[in-house]
Amino acid sequence: MEIRVTVNGKQHVSDVEPRTLLVHYIREVLELTGTNVGCDTSSCGACSVHVDGEAVKSCTVLAVQADGSSVTTIEGMAAADGTLHPMQKAFMENHGLQCGYCTPGMVMAATSLLKENPNPTEDDIRIGLEGNLCRCTGYHNIVKSVLAAAGK
Amino acid sequence: MIPASFDYVRAGSAAEAISLIGEYGDEAKFLAGGHSLLPMMKLRLAQPTVLVDIARVKDLSYIRDAGDHIAIGALTRHMDVEKSPILAQHVPLLAHAAGYVGDPQVRHRGTIGGTIAHADPASDLPATTLALGATYVVQGPNGTREIKAADFYKGFLESDLAADEMITEVRVPKMNGAGWSFQKFNRRAQDWAIVGVAAWRGSNGSGVALVNMGQTPVLATSVSKALAGGASIADAAALAVAEASPSKDNNASVEYRTHLAKVLVRRALEESTK
Repeated sequence: MEIRVTVNGKQHVSDVEPRTLLVHYIREVLELTGTNVGCDTSSCGACSVHVDGEAVKSCTVLAVQADGSSVTTIEGMAAADGTLHPMQKAFMENHGLQCGYCTPGMVMAATSLLKENPNPTEDDIRIGLEGNLCRCTGYHNIVKSVLAAAGK
Repeated sequence: MIPASFDYVRAGSAAEAISLIGEYGDEAKFLAGGHSLLPMMKLRLAQPTVLVDIARVKDLSYIRDAGDHIAIGALTRHMDVEKSPILAQHVPLLAHAAGYVGDPQVRHRGTIGGTIAHADPASDLPATTLALGATYVVQGPNGTREIKAADFYKGFLESDLAADEMITEVRVPKMNGAGWSFQKFNRRAQDWAIVGVAAWRGSNGSGVALVNMGQTPVLATSVSKALAGGASIADAAALAVAEASPSKDNNASVEYRTHLAKVLVRRALEESTK
């Protein structure tokens, strides 16, 4: 089936099988491999991307469901000149990553969280990131990073 | 993991969706947010041959004040239920419970009609709407009918819905200031409840329903009857599992679930009693 999806500002027209998952479309068709597959069961959040501005788990969305949507992946967060998104910068400055596997998903979930709640408490952040797992267990610095990005 | 192959069609209206399902027969399934169905398809626990995508039926996403109840379109997402000012005012128990479904990413996709149609006894909103005495409006090829939540759930992932019927609206009575509580006991934040309790108590009675305490969400009518008869909270909570038939799984034995249900019902009633 033919789909039209705008990914990181660029429109793509692709022919996909209905069973193609959005994460596989992003990684294998568009070759944007910043979005990771972790658990593949909508638990870990490593595959989080934005669809029309909201974080979703792209392992549990069909590419055909995203037809007509605007998708942002981690590759679309920095400015064209390479200036990092404030959330990426906050993760870098606060040691918000260790192995880095969960980081793209964390950044996408955290920016979606701040959009919905621009002034979160530490508890709001911990609860708001419940759908993202860090197996390095580096949660303290991830929360610190999001607080920094929120200007706290 | 990828699902088995299927054909994908998109419906623009409830009537078109029902007609498409009728055309493709028993092996076709409605796809709303997909957050129950797609995980099952990836595990090949479900292998529908056709998906009828209803997510673009925009006129089924709404939350309206309808006098004595709030009318919620079946395709309203959990995040919109959680954040609704109308529900916060009139049915705060439902808005609060919606905030416990999965995690934010899941709540951006999953819908209230989808979770009810899926009829999972471990899900939060089937039991919550059951406790609240909700009515589900269902559309099929021969028109619409209303099913009370108490008559809807028939077995594990089984409901009164026919294969060619879809839920279009969920009607939830206003709580009129009744006290309420939602208790969800789990090991990890985003998990299903090991045991959950949705409860309200007001001047006109009470409603208590249990999550993951049987093959269906369970209405704890014995608890409400005892309260109406003047029983103490402790005595009423002791009857928590009278209607339940819990099973064991990796998280809990039957004995543990039974104990938890009584404790959580007691806590829920204490929190609901003003």
